[in-house]
Amino acid sequence: MTPPPPGPRRGALRSIVSIASLALLPPAGATPATLSAAIAAFTGGVAPTEGGMRLEVPELVENGNSVPLRVSVDSPMTEAAHVRRIAVFNEKNPQPQVAVFRLGPRSGVARVGTRMRMADSQRIVAVAELSDGSFRQHAVDVIVTLAACIETEGGG
Amino acid sequence: MTTGALVRVPPRARRGEVVEITAMAAHPMETGLRPGADGRLVARNIVHTFTCRYDGAEVFRAELHPAVTANPYFAFTTVATRSGPLEFRWEDERGEVIVATATIVVE
Repeated sequence: MTPPPPGPRRGALRSIVSIASLALLPPAGATPATLSAAIAAFTGGVAPTEGGMRLEVPELVENGNSVPLRVSVDSPMTEAAHVRRIAVFNEKNPQPQVAVFRLGPRSGVARVGTRMRMADSQRIVAVAELSDGSFRQHAVDVIVTLAACIETEGGG
Repeated sequence: MTTGALVRVPPRARRGEVVEITAMAAHPMETGLRPGADGRLVARNIVHTFTCRYDGAEVFRAELHPAVTANPYFAFTTVATRSGPLEFRWEDERGEVIVATATIVVE
């Protein structure tokens, strides 16, 4: 038995479904590969080391529209040895970059905070560039129960 | 568009003390991915740069992407060097600029 060919009604139904799913489909987002590429672009290909810095972000987030995060780096913040930049990246938002912060000896300490949107549960990575040209990183996996809305009105 | 900023700087500090500053501006940080009331995507417009100048130099800068929340918030630090104004500036992709100042007395 072969199924009957789709009639005009079913064809119409199918196109409605595909329009609906297109409308709900988020744009192609960041992936682990685009995350690594974004980090490599920031470091110029230098591999960051672990340790000597901390990314503080809640591991369980109820509302992805506003997630507080804080990054601190162990550094004397002198002319001779300081943090030049701190960048934050994500794995699954539409783009892998979040923000880049520029610091210097006048910062006194290397500590920044901001709030970010999270479209999904994902890995967040903070990378610091030091004045000697080295890089450090710290990654945290975050579970989001209500994602930042990119399809609907309000806050997203 | 609403324009408004809220900055918090300690009014007084000792010379050499590291002070924490927080700054937030009213801005939708439109990602360009969100449909508006008419179902069409709202055009992207984010604050792309935030800066803080103090005592003759830029002491902090943030370059932002759409993942930063609406009403972008920053906390950062600076060494209290001398009494005077701190100037804050948010620039968005349409060229609109939000500015704010706060004064610190350094003893």
